[in-house]
This record gives sequence, C-alpha cells and structure tokens, in this order.
Amino acid sequence: MMDLEPHVISNLVTGALLVGIALIARSVRRQRLWREAATQLWRRRRIAILVVGVYLAIGLLDSIAWKGGVPEDVVDVLPNAPLTLIDRAFLGSREASYSAPFADVEFYGGDPLRNPGSHPLGTDILGRDVLYLSLKGARVALLIGGLTSLIAIPLALFFGVGAGYFGGRFDDGVFFLISTLASMPGLLLLIALIMAMGRGTVSVCVALGVTSWVGFCRLSRAETLKLRELDYVAAARALGVTEIRIVLRHILPNLAHLIVITFVLMFSGLVLSEVVLSWLGIGVDGSWGQMIDSARNELSREPIIWWNIAAAGTALFGLVLAVNSVGDAIRDVLDPRTLKEAP
Amino acid sequence: MSALLEVRGLRTVFPGESGPVPVVDDIAFDLDRSEVLALVGESGSGKSMTALSILRLVPKPGRVDAGAVALEGENLLDLPVTAMRRIRGRRISMIFQEPMTCLNPVLPVGAQVVEAIQLHEAISTVDARARTRDLFAEVGIPDPEARLDAYPHQLSGGLKQRVMIAMALSTRPEILIADEPTTALDVTVQAQILALLRDLQRERRMAILLITHDLGTVNELADRVAVMYAGRLVEVAERRALLSEPLHPYTRGLLRSMPALARPGERLPEIPGVVPPPDQWPSGCRFSTRCAERFEPCADRVPSETEPAPGRRVWCHDVERRLDGGAGK
Amino acid sequence: MGAYVLRRLSYGIGVVFGVLFLLFILFFTVTKPDDIARRALGEKAPPEVIEQWKINHGYDRPLWPWQDWDDNLLFDHYERMLTFDFGLSDADDSPITERIASGVGPSLSLTVPLLVLGILVAIPLSLLVAFFRETYIDRMGVFLCVLAMSVSMLLYIIGAQFLIGKVLRWYPISGFDSNLLMLPRFLALPLIVGVLSGVGGDVRFYRTVFLEESSRDFVRTARAKGASEARIMTRHVLRNAMIPILTNVVLAIPFLFTGALLLEAFFGIPGLGSITVDAIAANDFSTLRTMVFIGSLLFILGQIATDLSYGLVDPRVRFE
Repeated sequence: MMDLEPHVISNLVTGALLVGIALIARSVRRQRLWREAATQLWRRRRIAILVVGVYLAIGLLDSIAWKGGVPEDVVDVLPNAPLTLIDRAFLGSREASYSAPFADVEFYGGDPLRNPGSHPLGTDILGRDVLYLSLKGARVALLIGGLTSLIAIPLALFFGVGAGYFGGRFDDGVFFLISTLASMPGLLLLIALIMAMGRGTVSVCVALGVTSWVGFCRLSRAETLKLRELDYVAAARALGVTEIRIVLRHILPNLAHLIVITFVLMFSGLVLSEVVLSWLGIGVDGSWGQMIDSARNELSREPIIWWNIAAAGTALFGLVLAVNSVGDAIRDVLDPRTLKEAP
Repeated sequence: MSALLEVRGLRTVFPGESGPVPVVDDIAFDLDRSEVLALVGESGSGKSMTALSILRLVPKPGRVDAGAVALEGENLLDLPVTAMRRIRGRRISMIFQEPMTCLNPVLPVGAQVVEAIQLHEAISTVDARARTRDLFAEVGIPDPEARLDAYPHQLSGGLKQRVMIAMALSTRPEILIADEPTTALDVTVQAQILALLRDLQRERRMAILLITHDLGTVNELADRVAVMYAGRLVEVAERRALLSEPLHPYTRGLLRSMPALARPGERLPEIPGVVPPPDQWPSGCRFSTRCAERFEPCADRVPSETEPAPGRRVWCHDVERRLDGGAGK
Repeated sequence: MGAYVLRRLSYGIGVVFGVLFLLFILFFTVTKPDDIARRALGEKAPPEVIEQWKINHGYDRPLWPWQDWDDNLLFDHYERMLTFDFGLSDADDSPITERIASGVGPSLSLTVPLLVLGILVAIPLSLLVAFFRETYIDRMGVFLCVLAMSVSMLLYIIGAQFLIGKVLRWYPISGFDSNLLMLPRFLALPLIVGVLSGVGGDVRFYRTVFLEESSRDFVRTARAKGASEARIMTRHVLRNAMIPILTNVVLAIPFLFTGALLLEAFFGIPGLGSITVDAIAANDFSTLRTMVFIGSLLFILGQIATDLSYGLVDPRVRFE
C-alpha cells in the first residue's frame, strides 16, 4: 500500500471524477435517446443546470490542493499544510472576531479590521470570512451527496436486480431485509449507525447510504421483475446467453433512466439530512449544516448577527432548489409515463 | 327536415413541436333520427377523436379548433359548460372500447348507473335503483338484482360492456356514440353485444354513431358508412353501395383486406405501409403516400368533395378525374 | 380474511425479530459493551469500575448463545425488548420505561394534530392544483412545492422562532404546559412549522396521484354521463386516490416521529423526540436502541393496519 497523503488522494479522485464526467458526456452524446433527453433538459432548466454547474466548479476548485507557496507574512495557516485553490484565494483574510458585511471596523468593540471592507458576507465569531466558509461548504455537500449515492445505488442495484432476476430464496431474503430496514425510522437508524460507527465524514456517508438504499432497491426489484418477463429477455435466455450477460446487457441498461432520476432526487435529500445531523452534533466538519447550527445562537445576540446563517442557508437552499428542479425535469423527460395525459 | 346531428367543418388540434397539429380535419356528416352511421378507419385515423370532439371531451392539451356540431340546430360547441353537461349522458350518450377500465373500480356498478340517472333527473335513489335493475334485465344481465351491488372486477368483460350500455341508455338518449364497443371482447361475446345493440336500436329508435375499424361490425349494424383516413373523410355512402362498389382507393383497399371477401387459397391483399403520425401527414391527399392510383395533383392538392351519386360523397382526385372525363365525353 | 390477517401478523412478527437482530448487531457487536461503559464513565475509568458498571447494567455476559446458551446478551436483548422491560439508561441510570411513559403524552399532543392538520391542508391544496392542471396555477403550485421542499427543516424552525416568536411575539418561542387551556399556545409554533415544512412534498405527491387517477378511462365515462368536474374530483378521483394516499399517511407516521425529534427539541416539548435527542447528546445507547425499537414497532403496526384497511377502500383487494 502506497503511503499517500490525503490531499494527494483528493487530487487523484478529482482527476478521476473529471475523466468519468467526460466519459459519461461522450456516451450521452453518442446515444440518440440520451442526447435528446439532455437537449430537452437543457431547454427546460437552463438556469438550474448552470447553478448546479457553479456549485460543482466551486467544489472542484476546492478539491485541488498542494503544499507551499504561502507568502511569509500570512500567519493564520500552518506552514506546511496543503491548501486548495479556494484556500489560497482567501489567504490572510482572517479577522479577530465578528465583522459585518463590507465593514471597516469590528462589529462589537469597533476596533479597526485587518482587511477593511473586504468581507462581502462578513466574518464569524472566530473572524473567519463567511464567503470563504460558504464556498468551502459546497465541496462538503457534494461529497455527502455524491459519496453516499456511490454507496447506496450500487448496493440497491445489486440486491434489487439480483432479487428481481433470480427470485427464489435470494428474493425472499432481500425482501425480508428491505422490510426490516424500511420499518426502522430513517433518522433514528441513521443516528444509531453513526453513534455505533463513530463520527466522521466516511461514517456519515456510510450511514446515510445504508439508510437510503432501500427505496431504490424496491424500485429496481419491481422493475427487474417486469423486464425479466419481456420477450427479448426470454429469447436471449433461450439462445443460451449467460445470466450475467443478460443482466448486464438487457436489464441494467433499461434501469439507467431510473438510476439517473434516483441519483438526482436522492442527492438533495441527503444534503438536507446532513443539516439535521450537524445540529445533533454528528455531522460532517465544514458543512453548511454546521455553519447553520453554530450561527443559530447568534440570532439571540444584541445586535443580531444574521449574515452567518443567511449565507449558509442561502448556499444550502440554492443547491437543493437547483438540484430538485433539475430532478423534477429529469423525471418528466426520462419517465414521461407517470404524468403525461394520453391524447 | 334537417338531420338530428349535423357536423360541419370539424377540426381538432393538438399542440406539436411547430404549431398545432390537426388530428381531425374538416369533418362533415349528418346523423338522422334512428339511423346507424358507422365511422370507419384504421387506428390513428382520428375516428375516436371525432366522437370525443362531438361531446367536447377531447383530452387536454387537445382542443376543437373550428367547425360546428349542431344537435337539432343548436351548436354544441358554443354552449356554456353547464348546458353541455346536460347534453352529455341525457341526449347523447357514449360507450367506450375498454369496458375493463371505463367503470370506476371502487364503486358498485349499480351505483354508477344510478349516478348517471340522478345527474339528469330528480328521482329518488330507490326509484333510480329500480330503473337500473330493469335496465340490467333489458341489456341481458342475468340476476340483475344481485349484480347491482357487484364491483366491476367481479364481472366479465361482456357483462361490464352490458353495464356500460345500460348506463348509456338509462336516460333514453337520442344518440348513442359507440366507440369500438366490441373490440376488446371475445369473439362470441362480440356477436352478443352487437345483437343487443341492434335490438335496442330498433326498439328505442335511437340514432347510433358507431365507431369501428371492423367492416364485419359495419355490415351487422350500419345504415350508412363514413370512411376516415388520417383525420379526413374519404368516402361517405349507404352501407350496401359502399360494400358492393367502393369508389375511393382506400375503401377498396380496406374491403379487399377483409378475410370474408377473399377467395380461399388466395393471399389476403393489404394496403402497404401504415397511417403516418399526424405531424407527418402529406399536404395534398392524405392517402397519397400509400395510394396505388396516385398521379400528379394528389401529393399537392387536397381533393375536393364530389358527389358521384345522390347521398354519396367521395374525396379523390382519381374519382374527380373520371367524373370530369365522363361529363366531357 | 382470518387467514390473511394471521399471515400478515406473523410476517410482522418476523420483521420485529429482524429489527431486534439489527439492533443487537449495532449496539452490542459494532459498539461493544466495553465501549459503551467507557463512554459513560470516561476513557480513563479503571477496569474494575467498568466491570462493576457492566454488571449493574446487565452487560457482563457473553454475546452469543453458542458461548453460553442459558445466559447470553442476545437472548436477553430479545426477552427484555419483547416484554417492554427496557432497563436502565446508560447515561444516568434512570429507568427507561418510566421516561418513555412520561414522554408519550406530550409527543402525541404534537404529532396527532400535526398529522391531521397536514392532511387537512395538503389534500384540498393538491385537489385544487390538480383541478387546474396545465394552467399557470398548476405550474405556480408545483414551483412553490419544490421551493418549500428545498428549505431545511432547521431553517424553518429557526426562521419561525425568530420571526413569529421573537419579532412578532405572537406565540411563545418554546415551552410546554399539560394544562389543556395553555397547551394550544405552546403547540401553535411547532404545528405551523411542521405543517409548512411537510406540505410541499405532500401536495406534490398527492397532485401526481390525482393527475394519474384523473387521466383514467372511468373519469372519461363520468364526464360522458354529464358529471361536473367538481363531482368527478370528489366522487371518482378522490376515492380511487385514497389508496396511495393512505399508504403515504401511514408511511408518514414514523417520519412524524423523527420530525418531532427536531420540533420537540427546539420547542421544548418533553416528548419522545426530546428524550432521543438527550440520549444522543449523552451517549445513552440503551435509551437510543429502545427508541429505535419503539419507532419500528409503531411503523410495523401501522403497515399492518394499512394493509388491512385497503380492504375498506379498495373492493378489488380480497384477503386470501
């Protein structure tokens, strides 16, 4: 096992992610059905897609990090810490305590600031720039949504397609597991899992994954049951095509649209769940949830500190609304049978 | 005397990628009292949409764009919504192709017929129930009293269609629109339902607008026939005249492809191709892309109405040419 | 019918056993009794204190039946949960059963009105939106729903406490009083927040159900016999839509339970939700696992109730 530092791994993952996105984009362009769906989606939800793109770009800028290159006079970072592009953009911006947006002096006390007028969203109690914190939150939110989906969707597909396609004992077992997990109140199970596994980004994502795969598992099982009965699947089986090949070539591609819809609709729910976890003190470090939670008590100060919660709340709301609205359109475009009225 | 129902220039459109697409275009016909008019065509020809347009039941986002539907001289398309509701079910009733899905699954069938009666008459539920029981008996439902409280899923397809017919007849309408009433049923049940419709029509002397793709059904029931293709009428004639001497190439094609008319051992001729979707209909004669007789005006110009014999109308350049030729000689 | 109920019940019991097993895995094997003791007593507690604590709390036995058939934690866990003997809190040694009993009343006084109000608000709204389908009212309604769904529950609570409680001073920010005359004043704010945060998703879901039902053939039949749109919506569409709606309402019961977690904690209602939040803060594993068990039990019972009540709404369902 190579000994890689966390920021190197993060850089590699970011690179792999970009390559993955490029590959997906290429295959979307090659297949007519997907290309048309993408065109329609773009026509319907241009603004929302652009907003999601901006969040993605911020998240990516915050994922590329390297060491060194810090000017001598900057005092608020450790000398040999890896810094991302976003970190570097805000070097030396830290104040001693609260600053209101665009203020020249400290909010309480009125001492002059180190960077007067340079905090468009103010600073928090520790003097950190709120814009900087809000931008940092984008990567955390994307990580929560993305990593969790990468755990939950393959898990759901494995059990759902397996149960639907092979039936029998395996199906009974999966069905029992699903009913059991679905019976446990989601948030409580989530809390229990995190308490049992310990706190941290990965365990939050694993816990979110374990509690959110059940719905899609049920859906993919039902859909596989339907697909299995189709004539061309029966024909493929009659021709002696192996089961694995049938699943890979005939079942999974026909679930692709459901995977996309589930991924997008799940994403916003996960980001919102993390806020609740942050409030319970078991969230992910640096998330908007933690910002909201720590800003909560500042509303009772006199005069009120409102910019913290406003910034985190708006950043969170913007991402969730954009993703929800894209998700809505994706469902309409890819799965029209549920809503269209027949002429 | 004018006809009971006069349809003139009826046009129904659905929004498309580039502007509204007509699915029913310039349809005109009359329906006389106690007459059975069959509206015939392949699926996708717009015959069901014509029927729904008459009752103003075109599903959204479609709409009736132009024309008139006059019931005893009163244009239904201009009526306020509430007045139109008093026409539906009371003066014009309709039965549909799929008796399986056309009845509300969570209400007893008797209650659904009672609802139809009470919507139009101030009558107690007890009396409406008694009338429903009599209607059930009239349409040949065995043990009608017990069936009143049955749910749709407890009845066979044929029985459900009989319930639909009882519901349609419950207010003694002047016109019954029957949209493929037997298509979804078993062959033996089809014959029973057709016989029932024929008997009821004779007893009650009501007019029927029969929508079907099956010339056998036409032969059983219809007095006159209107043939539709791709949203337009191509030929209207008395049943006997149309079946024995079809003029339009499309009607001829339809008749030739009927198994009953083919000679044994002979391959059944077919019309090549299918009805194109509405947004790809040709600008001239709609049938020109599939017609064996086409010549140069067919693709560009819509054929005008010709009347080769009294009571007989055809829309075809070829017929027009031959008529003109005959007049010129 | 009888055979169906019996089979449905026995499957429910099976699921209860499954839930208990998962809880055992989570709270006895992933987090071992030693971990729980150390979290309760601190990392530096001497081993003999930990042993004594484990004996007091009944954790001093082997985990699995193959280690000791007569005296193991797995069987003990099942026996105690199924007899509702929940033992002592891991944090402060108070009896859990008593605390739960004291929390049921306040919890129900919030969740039951919340469920009822939510339905009373969401169903007429969604009928309205569905009635005006494909118009700007519909599009506006759907957009507002998505908007309402995109706001975090936490922000709803903070916003409402700040705006209604602090700035406008209509209702107290938090608190609870079991006096029936005082209670509504304290419940007003959590109820407003609860309905507001849930209504978006509900209206959007019910709208889809109503639209699906109103495109069915029997609706066309009803129109053809001259029924008015309002009558079609209430008599034909609503009755058929009851089936998915009923399912959604029952599925909402455990969500109310968890949603009440936030509402109760923020608004100072001493219910089951507050108890759970306290348990999380205090690393009180035994209380937490009891709460998960009770939540699951309620959900399973609710599901059985739904399945049986389908028969009342949908005549096609026959219990065989």
